[in-house]
Amino acid sequence: MAILSFEGVGIAAMAAAVPHTVINNYSYTDYFPANQVKEVVDKVGVYERRFADADTCSSDLCFDAAERLIADNDIDRNEIDLLVFISQTPDYRMPATSILLQHRLGLKQSCIAFDINLGCAAFCYGLSVVYGMMQSGGIRKVLLLDGETRSKVYSPKDRRSAFIFGDAGVAALIERDEKFERSVFSLNSDGSLGDLIMIKGGGYRHPSSVETLKERVVDEYGNIRNDEQGYMRGGDVFNFVIREVPRDIKRTLEYAGLTTADFDYYVFHQANNFINSYIAKKMKLDTSKIPSTIAKYGNTSSVSVPLTIISELKDNMVGEKRLLLSAFGVGMSWATGIVPFVDCRISDIVEV
Amino acid sequence: MEIKEFIVKMAEAIEIENANSLTAETKFRELGEWSSLSVMLLIVFFDEELDRQIGDTDIKKCQTVGDLYNLATK
Repeated sequence: MAILSFEGVGIAAMAAAVPHTVINNYSYTDYFPANQVKEVVDKVGVYERRFADADTCSSDLCFDAAERLIADNDIDRNEIDLLVFISQTPDYRMPATSILLQHRLGLKQSCIAFDINLGCAAFCYGLSVVYGMMQSGGIRKVLLLDGETRSKVYSPKDRRSAFIFGDAGVAALIERDEKFERSVFSLNSDGSLGDLIMIKGGGYRHPSSVETLKERVVDEYGNIRNDEQGYMRGGDVFNFVIREVPRDIKRTLEYAGLTTADFDYYVFHQANNFINSYIAKKMKLDTSKIPSTIAKYGNTSSVSVPLTIISELKDNMVGEKRLLLSAFGVGMSWATGIVPFVDCRISDIVEV
Repeated sequence: MEIKEFIVKMAEAIEIENANSLTAETKFRELGEWSSLSVMLLIVFFDEELDRQIGDTDIKKCQTVGDLYNLATK
């Protein structure tokens, strides 16, 4: 059972950046009639999203979030010994974006930097990796950056994914401090479901070619995309999620000796409102403890969990707070986290 | 569950107004109310009402309301 626990390490401060361009989903009607759009939008609960422009990458959003974090918290750049960048929309296929960010952020050469290529569940993975490395004792401060520009991944002509995804970047400062009680993470993988959510072309299995860039109708609903755009088999994902996510949360709580009543907030991956409402109902959770940003930022993949904390809990993090984090996505890869916060400092969201 | 009861409950779950018009032979994809979102509603219906987990792949194999009933009861 891959459950990890750590003590004396936690998130001291957080910041986020979102693109300034707001997409109003009801008006996103270039390819579908307004009444159909409204029906989808009302079901998924994504009313607005942010789209990065052609020149803005995930790394740029994370850069601005990190600069705000450093400024607001008076962080000495020389004390940052590790930078981890989580994304599936990196700047290049190589080098790793984290290393470029080390330079852009003016961090020293002895700073460790690497990328984590995982989807929606990745924030808990990132925390686990960072917390684990910090146990070695040689690392003072860590920047955990998590950014996505999923608006660039999906076809606007495929209604199964056209109205859901948005862009954002976050930065978290992680420090060691006795004040942080135990964190627990359950991390899971099922590669047999690798084709539920996928961008098939453009890697080395199916390299970019005229074929991979050819738009075609892909299903009986007339949805159109090419093979370098992502697809999602929503029904199968949903079926997986309503079975495995509650199971993993229960298992993690049992391991930690806690119940759902022991948490101040439950922060779920903002997949869509339909899924999240159903999980909350199925698990009989107090919905007043479930912050949500799905309506204004959409699904920002791995960024959605930290972005929801930053956007919705900014003024609620004074003192000790225990959060349950839960996320699932492409892979399939899913995670549950029990994460204590103590006086976490949260910056205002930056618009880029 | 008898097929009559199944049809009434399923019609409610996937927001089909006139359940009386449905029979085992009805091709559900041809209903005016059917859309890609109906798949999600159908999955919830199976999970909540029947405690059965189904996905896109299972639904794709079905053509008629009777096929869905078989999926629910087999």
